[in-house]
This record gives sequence, structure tokens and C-alpha cells, in this order.
Amino acid sequence: MNNLRGILVVGETEGGKLNPITHELLGGARELVKIIEEEASLLLMGEELAPVAQEGISFGADKIFIVESPLYRDYNPDSYAHLICGVCKKANPRLCLMGHTDLGREAAPRVSARLGAGICMDCVELRVDSSKQSFVQTRPVFGGKAMAEITSLPGNIQIDTVRRKSMSPISPSVDRKGEIVDLTNEIDPPMIRAKLVNQRRQESEGIDLEKAKVIVAGGGGIGNREGFERIKELAQLLGGAVGTTRVPVDEGWVPHSLEIGQTGKIVSPDLYVAVGISGATQHVTGILGSKYIIAINKDPDANIFKVSNLGVAADYKEVLPRVIESLKTLIQ
Amino acid sequence: MEIIVCIKQILDPDLPPAKFMVDKERNKVIPPEGIPFVINPYDALAVEAALKIKDEKGGKITVITIGDKSTEDIVRKALAMGADEGLIISDTIFEESDSFAVGYILAQGIKKIGRYDLILCGRQAADWDNGVVGSVVAEYLGIPIVTRAKDVKVVNGRVNVERVTTDGFETFELELPALITVSSELGQARLPSGWGIIKAASKEIPIWSGKEIETDISKVGKKASRNQLMRLIIPSYERRCEFITGEDLHEISAKLTSKLMERRIHE
Repeated sequence: MNNLRGILVVGETEGGKLNPITHELLGGARELVKIIEEEASLLLMGEELAPVAQEGISFGADKIFIVESPLYRDYNPDSYAHLICGVCKKANPRLCLMGHTDLGREAAPRVSARLGAGICMDCVELRVDSSKQSFVQTRPVFGGKAMAEITSLPGNIQIDTVRRKSMSPISPSVDRKGEIVDLTNEIDPPMIRAKLVNQRRQESEGIDLEKAKVIVAGGGGIGNREGFERIKELAQLLGGAVGTTRVPVDEGWVPHSLEIGQTGKIVSPDLYVAVGISGATQHVTGILGSKYIIAINKDPDANIFKVSNLGVAADYKEVLPRVIESLKTLIQ
Repeated sequence: MEIIVCIKQILDPDLPPAKFMVDKERNKVIPPEGIPFVINPYDALAVEAALKIKDEKGGKITVITIGDKSTEDIVRKALAMGADEGLIISDTIFEESDSFAVGYILAQGIKKIGRYDLILCGRQAADWDNGVVGSVVAEYLGIPIVTRAKDVKVVNGRVNVERVTTDGFETFELELPALITVSSELGQARLPSGWGIIKAASKEIPIWSGKEIETDISKVGKKASRNQLMRLIIPSYERRCEFITGEDLHEISAKLTSKLMERRIHE
């Protein structure tokens, strides 16, 4: 595959707006195209894309590829992999960026298998190497215990998924100019073999974890479902959201949408309170962006203290009820 | 039902960070002495998903892995859990294969097995955390795939997959044969039974070479790799932790309360 040019961002939208991850990817793509002196483009699929296309341009896309069809209104593993492949073949980017989201996690491997592309999943850093012919991606491996720096092959298309909050969006400007290219009639209809038969959202209580300024998270040390009532109470008093690690999710104490870490959400609150969390790297890797971390754990040697600013080496069952009572009086 | 489960032997992901070491010259992880390799936990759950289907519908489960003779342990573990057959694909030409090559090798092995209705894999291996191989196998075999399943059911010759998304659940229906990757939300993998261990211990595990699975050598090994690992480093996430101390829990709680008051959200 020769004549590869530019960077293609696979856009994700919700409610007629670009998702934050797409803003971030466009910001990251702008940094990279500055160096390689090529274009950043954005793929949008679904319906009523004109306003979103404008948003894409103002956030840094030089070109928007549009595929407007009800076939792509909702995510489907078959149709999206087919579409992204088709657009990559038309656009011939050096690099195709997706979020490390539900879409990216599933579509990126299939697309790269079909295109013979290189792939890096869950990248947290991305740069152009000194020859300007390859990209260098940094990604956590071994549950975050190590970081791998991986280069792409010059002359071969590279596909990367990028972790939330790893790249910064540019300040949007309505003065930016961009070209809109409609590819709707150039992509063959997809063959759908995995049919979506049911979809439900997990009821999310209160504040969105990824946007929360304060998070109180409970780990395996909480011990049971009832213990999480205390976590919720403290979160409410502090005006924050409830988070968790993998054990309580696997045990069924809390829904998986609250999981923070490598296989869950990546958070960056001002205050992160870790209760009964041992500090496994796969969790820690999701909270590194926190400004201030307070840990409560009865094991003074727990790994969580190594990554915290303030530690309380005590049983949360002894400490939290007292703290909650005092906070109630102080706040109300 | 003919079910194939792809499994991988990895460094124990629960290894404490202090024991995790890297050879910086060769960009390799140094496995600590005396700590055995384990079956990738997500793959153990894929075995569990297969066993649940077999419990209900009957059928035969074959586990397949790539590696040297040492991978026999995880194959025997899967057999002891209740899988029927085990298989190792082993060849020096496979060394340093990337995810695409691994997917290709597994697909070649599966083609040689011949009959399959359902292929199950873990959502990712908890060492390199890529989550790519399952998709590559499905692409090579030309079968549909859904990833990150928490529940896999076979109903009337089709497979129903409930999977986790960031904020909820989705259920897909696929025609067989299909490939499904399994996530931790599936639950717990069963422990091998005593009888299972005894049966597994004497089971013959065939080893197939690259030639036996008709490997195209241009597709495997380091030279086929589409990416190059330049550096492997251990990051430091450490902060300086100040511990709250006090005479008793009252004092400690009071100090913690005032810290939280300072840093809570002020509306």
C-alpha cells in the first residue's frame, strides 16, 4: 500500500454532537499532522451529520468523510468494521485513530486484520519518529505494570486506539475551514451477521465518573453489597460519584459501569478517595490523572498507599461511619 | 456442539508490582523464579463459558494453545475443569509472532481440527493486553464475532451473546459457526474437580508443528511483525504518601474529616 497520506480519525457521536474522545483524537491528530505536514480527516457515519461535520471542522479536521445512512445509525460490529475498512481504502491514511471505546476495541482489530495494518490498542501517547516515516506509540502492558513503546512500519497503514484523556482537544474555532466529502454511495452495503436483538443502559446514579470532580471508590475490601451504601453516602456528602474496581463488579455488588481502571473507565478527579482498594496496577492505571488521592486500607503495606497523597491505615468500617457522621453535622 | 477454546499461558497477572522485572536490553519481561505461569484468567472464563454450554446442551470442547511443552500445564488445567481434548501448536518458527501471526496460527490449527460450531477466546491476554487475536482468528476463518461477552447461550442452532459495553449491555444473535470473546463479567471459572485432575493427568495432548498446520512461514515470526517493540519500561506512579496518625480511631477519623472538608466540592 503506497501513497499513504494523512491521519483519519473515526468519529463517535451522541445526540447530534461529537463525543469528547473525538475532540481529543482530533487534537492529537493536529499535533501529529503539524509534524508530517499532511491533513487530518474525520469519518462520520449515521444520520443528520451536517451540524456534526461543522463541529468536526471547528475542532481541527481539514476534511470530513461522511457516510450518511440509517445502516450506520447504531453501532454494529459487522457494519462498522466494514465501513471503516471501506473508508480507509478510499482515504489511504498513514494512521487511523479510534478511541479505546466500545467501538474502537471491537472494530480496530478487525479492520487492521482486513487491511494488513499494524495495530496498537489503548495508546496513551503517540508521536512521529525522527524519520517522520513511522509513528511511535506508548501503551500500558501487563495491566499497567510496564509501558511499551512500539513503532509502526514505514509505508504500512497503522491503526491505533487511544485511551480517554490521553490527548488534548484544540480550542474550537468556527473560523476554521474544512472540506466535506460524501462517501455514502461509494461504500457497498455491509453484510450483517451479528444482529443486535437487545440493548439496555445500566441505570447510572448521579454523576458521570469521567467528568466527576470527586470520586469515592470502594474495592474488594468493602466486603459486600451493603458496604457500598457507606461509599455512596460519603460520595453524596462530598458531592462526588461512586467508583469501584474489578472485584466488586465480578462479585455483583455494583454495576460494571462504575468500574475504574484498564478494563473500565479512566478518571481524573480533583479528589479520589480509595476505600478498601489494594491498588492493583490495572486499577491504578485508571486513576493516575487524579490531583489528590486519599487511601483508606487496613493493610499499611497495600500498594494503593504508594500512589496516594494521604493514607489512613485503618479498617474502613471503623473510620467511615465516624467520618460520615461528622461530615453530616459539618455540612448540614 | 463442537466448541474450540483458545487459551494462552501467561505470567501471573496478580504478581505484585515489586516482583515485576524487565530486561531493558532485550525488552523482555524477566519471569520471577518459582512463580508458575498461569492460564490467562480471561481464557479460563472462556473455558467456563464452553463448559456451561456443554452442561446444558452436551458437546465436545477442545482447548488449543500455542507454545512449547511447558504450556501443557494450562491445557491440563482446562481438561481438569472439564474440557474433552487438548492440543498444543508448537514450532520455533512461531517465536516472537505478533497478534496477527498468533491469530493466523490458531486459525490454521482450527482449520486442521476441521469441525467447529463455536470458538471462544478471552477478551484479551492479561500480559500484553491487546485484545486482538480473537478478531484475527475470526477474520481468517471468515466467521462472525462479538467481543466481551458476559453470557453465551446456544439456542436453536444460533448463539445469543450478552456483552458488556461501557454503560450497559447489548445482546447479539449470531449464526454458527461464530467466535465470541469472553469478559470477566461472566463470573468465576470453576475449579478442577478431583476426578477431573486424575483424568486430565493421563490424557494425551498432541503437539502439532508448523508444517502439520500448513503454515505459510511468511506470515509468522518476528519478520512478519507489523509493529516493532522499541522499549519496555517500568513506569513509576508513586506519590509521597503522608499517613494520618493519631491516638485512636476518633482522632484519625476527625483528621480525615477535616481533610475531606478542605477538598470536597464547594457549591
